[in-house]
Amino acid sequence: MKKNKRYSIFSLARNARNYHENWAAAWRSPEPKPSYDAIIVGGGGHGLATAYYLAKQHGITNVALIEKGPIGLGNTGRNTTVIRSNYLWDESAAIYELSLKLYEGLSQELNYNIMLSQRGLVSLAHSQHDLREIERRVNAIRLNGIDSEMLSMAELKQLIPILNLSPNSRYPVIGASIQRRGGTARHDAIAWGYARAADDRGVDILQHTEVTGFRIQGGRVEGVETTRGFIAAPKVGVAVAGHSSVLADMAGFRLPISSHPLQAMVSEPLKPIFNTVLMSAAVHVYLSQSDRGELVMGAGIDKFNSYAQRGSPPILEDILAATVELFPIFSRVKMMRQWGGIVDVCPDASPIVGKTPVSGLYLNCGWGTGGFKSIPGSGFVFAHTIAQDEPHEIAAPFSLERFSTGALIDEHGASGVAH
Amino acid sequence: MKRQRNRLDVGARIDRSRRLRFHFNGKPYEGFAGDTLASALLANGVRVVARSFKYHRPRGIYSAGMEEPNALVQLGGGASSEPNLRATQVELFDGLEAASVNCWPSVNFDIWAFNDRVSGLLPAGFYYKTFMWPKSFWHSYEKVIRKGAGLGTAPEMPDHNIYEKRHQHCDVLVVGGGPAGISAALAAGRSGARVILADEQAELGGALLGNGERIEAASGVDWAMGARAELDGMDEVRVLSRTTAFGYYDHNYVLMVERVNDHLGAPPGTLRQRLWKIRARQVVLATGSIERPMVFADNDRPGVMLAGAARTYINRFGVKPGNRAVLYGNNDHIHQVALDLADAGVRVEAVVDVRAKAVGEAVAAVRERGIEVMAGHAVGGALGKKRLRGVEVLALNEKGDGFAGDIRRLRCDLLCLSGGWTPTVHLFSQSGGKLDYSENQACFLPGEARQAVSVAGAANGVFALKGCLGEGAAAGRSAAGKLGFREVGAPEALPVAQGEAGALMPVWRLPPVSKGERRFVDLHGDVTVSDIELAAREGYSANEHLKRYTSTGMGPDQGRTGNMHALGILADIRGESIPAVGTTTFRPPYTPVPYGVMAGRDVGVLADPVRMTAMHGWHERSGAVFDDVGQWKRPWYFPRTGEGMAAAVRRECIAARSGVAILDASTLGKIDIQGPDAAKFLNRVYTNSWNKLAVGRCRYGLMLGEDGMVMDDGVTSRLAENHYFMTTTSGGAARVMAWLEDWLQCEWPELKVYLTSVTEQWATLSISGPNARRLLSELAEGVDLEADAFPHMVVRSGKVAGIEARISRVSFTGELGYEVSVATSYGLALWQAFQRVGENYDLTPIGTEALHVLRAEKGYIAVGHDTDGSVTPGDLGMDWIVSKKKDFIGRRSLARADTMRTDRKHFVGLLPETRVPEGAQIVAEYKRRPPMKMIGHVTSCYDSAALGRPIALALIAGGRERIGETVTIPLTLQGRVVKAEITSPVFYDPKGERLNG
Ligand SMILES: Cc1cc2nc3c(=O)[nH]c(=O)nc-3n(C[C@H](O)[C@H](O)[C@H](O)COP(=O)(O)OP(=O)(O)OC[C@H]3O[C@@H](n4cnc5c(N)ncnc54)[C@H](O)[C@@H]3O)c2cc1C
Repeated sequence: MKKNKRYSIFSLARNARNYHENWAAAWRSPEPKPSYDAIIVGGGGHGLATAYYLAKQHGITNVALIEKGPIGLGNTGRNTTVIRSNYLWDESAAIYELSLKLYEGLSQELNYNIMLSQRGLVSLAHSQHDLREIERRVNAIRLNGIDSEMLSMAELKQLIPILNLSPNSRYPVIGASIQRRGGTARHDAIAWGYARAADDRGVDILQHTEVTGFRIQGGRVEGVETTRGFIAAPKVGVAVAGHSSVLADMAGFRLPISSHPLQAMVSEPLKPIFNTVLMSAAVHVYLSQSDRGELVMGAGIDKFNSYAQRGSPPILEDILAATVELFPIFSRVKMMRQWGGIVDVCPDASPIVGKTPVSGLYLNCGWGTGGFKSIPGSGFVFAHTIAQDEPHEIAAPFSLERFSTGALIDEHGASGVAH
Repeated sequence: MKRQRNRLDVGARIDRSRRLRFHFNGKPYEGFAGDTLASALLANGVRVVARSFKYHRPRGIYSAGMEEPNALVQLGGGASSEPNLRATQVELFDGLEAASVNCWPSVNFDIWAFNDRVSGLLPAGFYYKTFMWPKSFWHSYEKVIRKGAGLGTAPEMPDHNIYEKRHQHCDVLVVGGGPAGISAALAAGRSGARVILADEQAELGGALLGNGERIEAASGVDWAMGARAELDGMDEVRVLSRTTAFGYYDHNYVLMVERVNDHLGAPPGTLRQRLWKIRARQVVLATGSIERPMVFADNDRPGVMLAGAARTYINRFGVKPGNRAVLYGNNDHIHQVALDLADAGVRVEAVVDVRAKAVGEAVAAVRERGIEVMAGHAVGGALGKKRLRGVEVLALNEKGDGFAGDIRRLRCDLLCLSGGWTPTVHLFSQSGGKLDYSENQACFLPGEARQAVSVAGAANGVFALKGCLGEGAAAGRSAAGKLGFREVGAPEALPVAQGEAGALMPVWRLPPVSKGERRFVDLHGDVTVSDIELAAREGYSANEHLKRYTSTGMGPDQGRTGNMHALGILADIRGESIPAVGTTTFRPPYTPVPYGVMAGRDVGVLADPVRMTAMHGWHERSGAVFDDVGQWKRPWYFPRTGEGMAAAVRRECIAARSGVAILDASTLGKIDIQGPDAAKFLNRVYTNSWNKLAVGRCRYGLMLGEDGMVMDDGVTSRLAENHYFMTTTSGGAARVMAWLEDWLQCEWPELKVYLTSVTEQWATLSISGPNARRLLSELAEGVDLEADAFPHMVVRSGKVAGIEARISRVSFTGELGYEVSVATSYGLALWQAFQRVGENYDLTPIGTEALHVLRAEKGYIAVGHDTDGSVTPGDLGMDWIVSKKKDFIGRRSLARADTMRTDRKHFVGLLPETRVPEGAQIVAEYKRRPPMKMIGHVTSCYDSAALGRPIALALIAGGRERIGETVTIPLTLQGRVVKAEITSPVFYDPKGERLNG
């Protein structure tokens, strides 16, 4: 019997009649071929999106995506899914806005509901300094043609009635901005949706295959050594987030990246109570409520370097104290799950997307605490960079060379809290 | 009020003389002291207590502990409302009010149960496949989905209780107060070690409280009570009841929550819970095990319950959980429970055992009682909807993996399940320990440990009482022994009667009896066997993918009763062994933890320390308006009665320019730097040279990050040969201190330099204006203030108003100015002295806003205001302060191609037509609508009293070459456009004559 691949309410109803026994696998589990036209290392969102756009935009379909575990369980499956494009600098605005635009049509494009929820993203100001920074950003974002507004206190109160707006609180809220197109999406769906669509176009997704080295001859990459043997390819793109410096080391160069734990947590499910995404740089927390009803919260990185995917408890205490401060009614709500991921942080808090000292080897990393929102855009420009052997114009400013030229894109101030 | 019709007359750990009244879903009931909400509801014959997460199926009480997947309730209301508590853990108190969650309008009639009718359309992951068309509709679908999801409701009012945290060290932490944990604590305690024994229940005993077993001649419960008394008598032992260890971190750091008075209803204002932060030298985990159910069609009907739970309700709570029972399982426990049920007067219909050869002492005893044992049989399905009405039993084939024979129906209202035991290895796994799969026992057991921890009793796969007692004692003895504590006296051997037990036969899934039936694996999340099969079919067959795709184990119960089945079924489908399929990593928290207790006292005014200067009270009394600068409260401006901000700031500025003004400058960061290499150190951290600074002189310095960008600035003075005093920005103080220490300790350990943060030790006021010297001379003693003797950028010691003080002649306003610093305790006295003599000079207190106007008029940068981490000294036009001769942090970066560009953004002045908000963007070419190319932004903008017009500072690409040009500032938020002329950033007294006055 023919297996069902296309998703819709009709196919769902049809399949209900035979107890859903005819659904096809979302992606195949092929044996590795000896060689490919291109290899992408890292089955997180960035790697999967890159493989998809290589096939779709550039017709390069003889592609292997190599992932050491199951796909999508790195930061892509651990993040708090905040999506926004309200970045300060033009270079950042361009890539994050491209990404948001792609997100806006992604469910249809992938035929996989990624549950993009544009509930609006609110940033709070607690001091004159915050307010100045927020206004600066809003002004810049608007002039870049991206939506962003200031909110009056009355509007804020109406939007989030449960927020502590008391002038007597420790850090009273004195203003806010909103990007209405900001919001969240379902992280697993991004990984799985891209995987399914890439597989559909011929990409081999090789799970449980770890890259252990690169074969490099005369400064050119020839393929990768893996736990399932050598796999050849003239082009290799690496998108392994927290492990980027490990892979760069295998290829013989160093990266200006430090890897840190970043923690997040969810509460037990609650009935809808909070319908936007909120962040506060000064009180230091950001939160949203998922479609399951869980409050999803996070804040800054653990300061120490680590590859272990867990953090230390003081950060949790800080996040929860900040949450109770902003939302006193959540004091009796309970933290249900908590976890950490390893984020790859660049000195200027901006990513690296482009070529490397090894020809044929391309790098996509440094998204740090905020690269979920950029998955489609980054995959799009990275695929271009690999296909053309030339950075896409939106990717060009994010070259590795910027650390020697000094053309940094410092988003520290702009991102405020991490995400 | 109804009678407690399922209450037994004798026995159990409840106090029948203390009746407690409570309400559930608005109806009044009565229970006894010692009850949980669950036991009291069962006693009252309440069957449907909850609805499931997805299909809203009616659910009853399933367990007697923290593993409960069904019975979630909302407790209390208003400020004491608490969502999602397990009825099985809520201790009953008089006046308790609870309600079912996730149902509307009521738990007995729930509209959302419609989901159950269309469940065919809602298999695992259905939402990924639909709601995509039309595109714009997802938002509307989502609203409905959100309403349907969620469990309890967030409280509507702030919490009225308080929380606290305690730090504690101990030699041996024992987690779990069952027979193994008690034995461990006794052994360790008797040796003199400092021991903490924590248990989440109200009383010690663990499994003994519910299973009716005996130790020596006494009941297990009496033994536990005796042990408790002995432990309480030991000085170094602390027993913490109602305390759950939920997080096990590196270096044996364990977090626990103690529920201090929840069982008393936590009256307003009282301490409700306490967070214990334990640092233990050794940890013994005696966390017990959780019984597994059996999986079959409609195995979620109210009346289906874990066998151990039924036993607990009888023995501990004196409650008959049903009248007519069937037991179903794969091990001896169902037979033991059958006997307890029969003893309690429950009619036991049959014991259905999947094992073809059910042998062993308990089985024989059941048969002896005339109870039918259906060996080699399985339950195929449950009957009834809101309450269990019966079960369908089928014979198994020879291999035990399929059915062979006809369905036989048995009537019952209680079905007790036991599918074996899952050791509670969560904390062990959190500690980094490895788990090994035991084929015999069909469960994961603690393997190699990574920290100083051992596991004893059921948590270690030792399920029989005798073994638990022995292993617990050994673990306690060994843990204390490793620390040098030797037990005094021989440990007592505890005689326990132990029958012979039959082996368990794992059965994860049987074929469906009929197509489309629903066999629940994760009751909370409504995950069925078919969901798992579907996930595997679609390729989500990695254990972690399965979890996410089906949401198995994602609920508040964390899948405690279902995870092993999910794993077993997945392994079965994949044709692999369970360990090959893997387990998931356990992460904190072990059970959900209230935000409040994690926040502790760090809420409200205590959310973050408020830093106030010595003069703060005076400022408050004088009507200052404050701004938060980091943790500091700084006066922003001092309005007089009826005066607005603009007028006040203007008046303050005029005072500084024409008379004399006083500013509280205590918040500036202050770092005392001493040591023979101090000058060398300053040379490395500042851009300019410190070699020639004489003792008694001050110098302004710029500090860069490694990227060459301005990071902080301030004046540093040389007090003695090897003694310097650095000031930093108020907001940057802590960061700079950490930065300097980082360099000293990690990069330059050879430098003999010592840093001390003295921000809090000195109170500083700053006076500026033409009358500053005259004012100061009235108070200063022994210091020659004359311009020649005490020029700009000089520091002197002396007495001011009779107080030992440091006086430095510096200025951030461009006027003649002095900073006077005294020990913080004298700060207010000094300030008041100035106010007294200042009356003759119309001395005007000013806030930070006026200061900013004054410094902007002079074109002085405010780091963090005019800079943002992307600005070099060259950008600021401050090349003069960058030494060409020496190395310093950031120097190399200044020589990079991009930092040397000539068209970088320069710091310039602007003369805008009207005042514009700071952060306004500047464009070269104005267009009617965005996007527009931005060439810079306004960093500071004020109405200048001195110039009689608005002035601004800005960063503009190639700005210094564009002086005289007009640029446009589109204010899209306000719908207006302002033009401005680019000028030098110095608007006032460009020659600096006033300063040297
Ligand atoms: C707690 C947390 C919260 C976050 N919140 C947000 C947020 O709200 N919004 C936002 O935009 N971003 C957020 N982020 C950041 C975001 O998650 C990441 O930037 C993004 O997911 C990175 O995707 P990736 O594909 O580059 O990396 P990953 O998803 O980490 O994927 C990298 C993959 O590479 C694989 N790999 C590594 N080494 C090898 C090897 N040798 N061979 C083969 N495969 C290998 C890994 O197994 C992994 O699957 C958050 C991150 C964390 C940890």
